[in-house]
Amino acid sequence: MTRETLFNLAVLAGLVALPIYAHLADEPFTITLATRAVILSLAAVGLNIALGIGGLVSLGHAVFFGIGGYAMGILAFHAQNYMPLMEAPFLIEGTKSMPVIWLVAVIASALAALVIGLLSLRTSGVYFIMITLAFGQMFYYFAISWSAYGGEDGMSIYVRNGFPGLNTLIPIQFYGLCLAALVLALGFNGALARSRFGLALNAARQVPDRVRAVGLDPFRLRLVAFTISGAITGLAGALFADLNRFVSPTMFSWQLSGEFIVFIIIGGTARLFGPVVGACLFVVLEHYIGGWSDYWHIWFGLLLLVIVLFGRGGVIGLIAGKARAHG
Amino acid sequence: MTTTLILEQILNGLQSGIMLFLMAAGLTLIFGVMGLINLAHGSLYMVGAFCAAAAAAATGSFALGLVAALAGASAAGALIELVVIRRLYDRDHLDQVLATFALILVFSEGTRWVFGSFPLYLDVPDALSGPVTLPGGIEYPLYRLTLILAGLAVAAGLFWLIARTRIGVQIRAGENDREMIAALGVDIDRLYTFIFALGAALAGLAGALVGAIQSVQVGMGEPVLILAFVTIVIGGIGSIKGALVGALLVGLTDTLGSVFLPELFKLFMAPAAATQTGASLSSMAIYILMAVVLVWRPTGLFGARA
Repeated sequence: MTRETLFNLAVLAGLVALPIYAHLADEPFTITLATRAVILSLAAVGLNIALGIGGLVSLGHAVFFGIGGYAMGILAFHAQNYMPLMEAPFLIEGTKSMPVIWLVAVIASALAALVIGLLSLRTSGVYFIMITLAFGQMFYYFAISWSAYGGEDGMSIYVRNGFPGLNTLIPIQFYGLCLAALVLALGFNGALARSRFGLALNAARQVPDRVRAVGLDPFRLRLVAFTISGAITGLAGALFADLNRFVSPTMFSWQLSGEFIVFIIIGGTARLFGPVVGACLFVVLEHYIGGWSDYWHIWFGLLLLVIVLFGRGGVIGLIAGKARAHG
Repeated sequence: MTTTLILEQILNGLQSGIMLFLMAAGLTLIFGVMGLINLAHGSLYMVGAFCAAAAAAATGSFALGLVAALAGASAAGALIELVVIRRLYDRDHLDQVLATFALILVFSEGTRWVFGSFPLYLDVPDALSGPVTLPGGIEYPLYRLTLILAGLAVAAGLFWLIARTRIGVQIRAGENDREMIAALGVDIDRLYTFIFALGAALAGLAGALVGAIQSVQVGMGEPVLILAFVTIVIGGIGSIKGALVGALLVGLTDTLGSVFLPELFKLFMAPAAATQTGASLSSMAIYILMAVVLVWRPTGLFGARA
């Protein structure tokens, strides 16, 4: 077992133990904080499939996060107002059931990722970064102008959606759901990276010409990765909306897209647990430095600069040593 | 829908387009020569606007405000080039994105620290306030007209600088082969700092000029930055001519779309629904334009490199 695997197990154990402790000590706020960290981790794990394996620096992943959020918001909004989404040609009702909402969120964000990917993957490098950023802004302004669903103010959902057999209003139970989603996504990510598809995608990042020479199409590999990546981030968006019981255009904001990338880098690029470590650290720093100084973004920005300029490899690189042979 | 209104909106579109060009020109120069993607360019726009507002409030002179904007933004640009950006030239785009993202956080929060969260106001100078009557009987705000002319003058100056001067030759040579011009005895480090400060000054100038018709506040730079990215993608990265054409296209599409799309939909929809649909669609118009250009020409209208 390598040091990195040990470290990953320790992180996972912490994510299980800390909220149970908080539950027993009756500190629901700590559980909410942990839930936030886990959901942001999930969003960044989604991005890491495109960025870590495929080398696609997407600065617009908040699009999928926001679509997931709005999928939850719109379905629950119609359900809580007893207003069908659509009557003709056939009746579609809103829903308060998490599994249905998740399915819709995943499908909607995967479709959006497919379309954005089709357009933006025609380019590469700086063009790709700028275009994903621009599409993110497009969705942001669209959400602001969409007054039927709250426009700029967003919309509130009064009661958290339900999951069969669980009481999601109890923080630890909702946390369990989110953690399960994260663990599944991490398992999927790990398996994907080792699969033939993952190896080909990784090769397409390093030497696209050779991949083409053996008869694989880098564009298609990247498009599939981008779509999967968007779908996972979309699921995280639906969970995030359910955590806050609130959706607004800020879920589409470019700052959030930037933060997802930041999570991956703080934790360590091309590491399975990089996004998890980064997102957890971000939430902890935000809570503690944010409580100590109103201007915590300055300190965070400076810390980030130091990490980018001098500390390559992120937190995991610091603790577990050099990355395994990985591009 | 009168001809006057249409002409007025075209002028508004030109005005926002030419200001966008000042932003996009700096970005595209910096990318063309140094191969750097600079997210903090919007922060330099904000720094220019804040310097202008603070200097104009202290001295009562708009002209001194503009001087302060140029000085402040180019100094901030040179400083970050020397301290941070310089270390990023041979890094990959991911590191560049992150480091300049970190700079945005520092600049935005630092400005909030110094000036507070409330917007500042920069007044249009008395000599330029009020409307002017154009040939054809159109009443148009003199200040906006001045922005168009000033922007065109700066654009002409920039083209002259790049096409006709010694430093322009060095910039163009730097785009092609940085080792070679270094070998020919050009101090490449100083050239890079100069180009970065030049781009920063253009962004700061745009921030100050636009700051007088909008409010000067933290976070004002990033929406403009993203529009400038759309401009560059449309025009082609590295091309100043592309930046000019792209900026005018984006400015006109954005302005005309928000006025005329709701009107267009009213022809065949109920007014309320038409306003709603028109507003939604016009907020997306420039991105749709970008998507169309991408499908047609993935490297932009004037771009050579992928």
